[in-house]
Amino acid sequence: MFTKTSRRTVLKSGLTGALATLFMRAKSAESHSIKKYPDSSGVLVDLTRCVGCRSCEAACNAEQNLPEPELPFTDKSVFDEGEHGQKRRTDETRYTVVNRYEPEGLDHPLFRKVQCNHCQEPACLSSCFVNAYTKTPEGAVIYDPDICVGCRTCMIACPFYIPTFKYSSAFHPRILKCIFCYDTRLKYGREPACVEACPQDALLFGSRDTLIKIGRRRIEEKGDRYVDHIYGEYEAGGTSWLYLSSVPFEEVGFNTDISDEPILDSVKNFLGIVPMVLTIWPALFTGFHLLATRKEKGVEDQNIHVPEDK
Amino acid sequence: MRTLTSDIVSLPVAGSQKKDGTLWTLKQRLFLGLTTRQYGQQLCRNPVNWVLALLFAVGFPLLFQRYMYGLGAVTHGSNDYPWGLFLGFGLFGMVPLSASGCLLGTTVSLFGREDFHPIERLALLNGLLGYFFAVIYLEVDLGMPWRLAYPMFVSFGPAAVLFLVAWHVATYLSVQLAEVLPAVFEWIDRPGWKMYIKRITLGLTIAGIILSTLHQGALGALFCYAPSKIHPLWISTEFQWIHFLVSAIFGGLAMVIVSSTLINRYMYWRCGEAFRKSLDNLTLGLAKGASYSMITYLAIKLVAVAHDNEWEYLLTGWGFYYCLEIGLGVVLPMFLFAKGVRDGKTGPVRIAAFITVVGIIWNRLNTSLVCFNYQLYQDIPHWKEIWLTVALYGLYFSVYRFVVYRLPIVFDWDESPSVAK
Repeated sequence: MFTKTSRRTVLKSGLTGALATLFMRAKSAESHSIKKYPDSSGVLVDLTRCVGCRSCEAACNAEQNLPEPELPFTDKSVFDEGEHGQKRRTDETRYTVVNRYEPEGLDHPLFRKVQCNHCQEPACLSSCFVNAYTKTPEGAVIYDPDICVGCRTCMIACPFYIPTFKYSSAFHPRILKCIFCYDTRLKYGREPACVEACPQDALLFGSRDTLIKIGRRRIEEKGDRYVDHIYGEYEAGGTSWLYLSSVPFEEVGFNTDISDEPILDSVKNFLGIVPMVLTIWPALFTGFHLLATRKEKGVEDQNIHVPEDK
Repeated sequence: MRTLTSDIVSLPVAGSQKKDGTLWTLKQRLFLGLTTRQYGQQLCRNPVNWVLALLFAVGFPLLFQRYMYGLGAVTHGSNDYPWGLFLGFGLFGMVPLSASGCLLGTTVSLFGREDFHPIERLALLNGLLGYFFAVIYLEVDLGMPWRLAYPMFVSFGPAAVLFLVAWHVATYLSVQLAEVLPAVFEWIDRPGWKMYIKRITLGLTIAGIILSTLHQGALGALFCYAPSKIHPLWISTEFQWIHFLVSAIFGGLAMVIVSSTLINRYMYWRCGEAFRKSLDNLTLGLAKGASYSMITYLAIKLVAVAHDNEWEYLLTGWGFYYCLEIGLGVVLPMFLFAKGVRDGKTGPVRIAAFITVVGIIWNRLNTSLVCFNYQLYQDIPHWKEIWLTVALYGLYFSVYRFVVYRLPIVFDWDESPSVAK
């Protein structure tokens, strides 16, 4: 039979359970606004200026000591669609890629450089359960391989498909992604290698706030040349890398479904219920227990006649 | 085993003492009272074991390959699909089917429904093993499996949903272990120790409800990190956690029905009097609960479609697939459950339970793989990944059977020997 349950044991065990869960984890789910990074640097990418020379790719490869690619950086055949009919993406051998697009009604192709956009409120960072990511005041989103567990939630969470995983390694796997040349350059106030290498001034390094103003001015001055939008100003809460384009962004491979709210906002609903469950459930279910078992106890203890339920 | 138990009267081991009053030794208990030779014979006689052997013969080398040469050696190592079958099936599929421990624990200990007692231990064991193997799958999938405990001890990201999953699954595993311990205590002749667990049963049960609510929900909330990648019909940032939580209720109940059905059919010799007698009634009881939670689930699914105004998607190909999943995986078994309960027939209920279990896994795979990256391309997992996933499930099956053979899960320890026919 079940142990005799007195009110005291109920309280005691209910309380123990509640305390156990409470102490385990105190979760904050307060609403937040996007952090402002007044000193954040950024890069303004002007698609109308890029000629697809891939110098940025080569510079990144050298700066980050990445393995030499199969095809040289001068090879233009990489622009053809590859596996699964997809354009190239970042992977463990390249932190940035340039892809070619041929939008309708345009007599020349457009090129789009892909790399980490260094979000203001990075999804990789907020989804990481060991805090392996840091957003530095300079604007870079950097990663610490020494605490990463390799769960790859950051790759799920990143709306731009940027973080990549070193699947080829059993003993030293890690996440690999653009870090804005933080260790070697950004920390010292210098522009990243790709920007330095760009012969077309398609990439402009500066403070994010200034870049937004510059971008606006370009749109204003040459309105016929640009669509009236700076991609990255608000997307996913705003990114440090910003884009200007002459055609609608979805025609050059940008995902325009990404909402302006940071990814963190979509899990807030759930995080909000956590403290509720932790505090209300113990009392509620102890109450259910008392209600459900009270009748028999009454009969047993006091020998009172309780009419049967019909 | 069945044939042997009918040949040898003293079998199976169902209590501390042999017929002559001496105690069974540990070795005898492990070998079910058979000699090593007999034990080997009965292993070979069972065709299921041959299938398992084949699974393991290929699966274990694959496992070795994964740990020596990295995940990329057994999977496509896709950066677009960071989570494959190990998590899609092993974690997201196994965990809802293991909600049974919490559900039956609550029914019996919290609501005082002692009539469900004969099936409670099976539900608890089903829960424990399901979670344990979810962690095994996770360990295969994690890039650095040796850092499993980092979120607990080394570095904390408490605002991440996965942090909650990690802590809750770890804590809940210990809660479930504690809940299954009484069976172990009986098996090792220490029934007195059960008192320690009994005293905290209610606390454990309530802790179990809290932890289950949160981590079943959290598994759903994990997908809210990818609102732009998953097809809108399978992701609802408002209700995803409720979808996962409510479907875990009928998933867990259906899994107990499936498990008990298999045990009653293929391990009848192992079932005790109480289990045999009450199983049909209990199955109907579980079916009732399952059909109620299914109608709740359907309502919330509908609310989600309405809330996000996704009606037009229903007319697309994805919408058809969505309706197919709901229709076959939920609506059909729900009616079968309801019909079974109304007619008092266990047949349709058991079929419904099988369908439900498949339906849950189908839903989780849809969310994590099929409808993930719906705007990019579909990734068919590498055959090695599929094989390894199935082989690990085979391991789960073997451990499950090993425990049910021995521990007093579906019978009472020291039950009168006449019962064990």
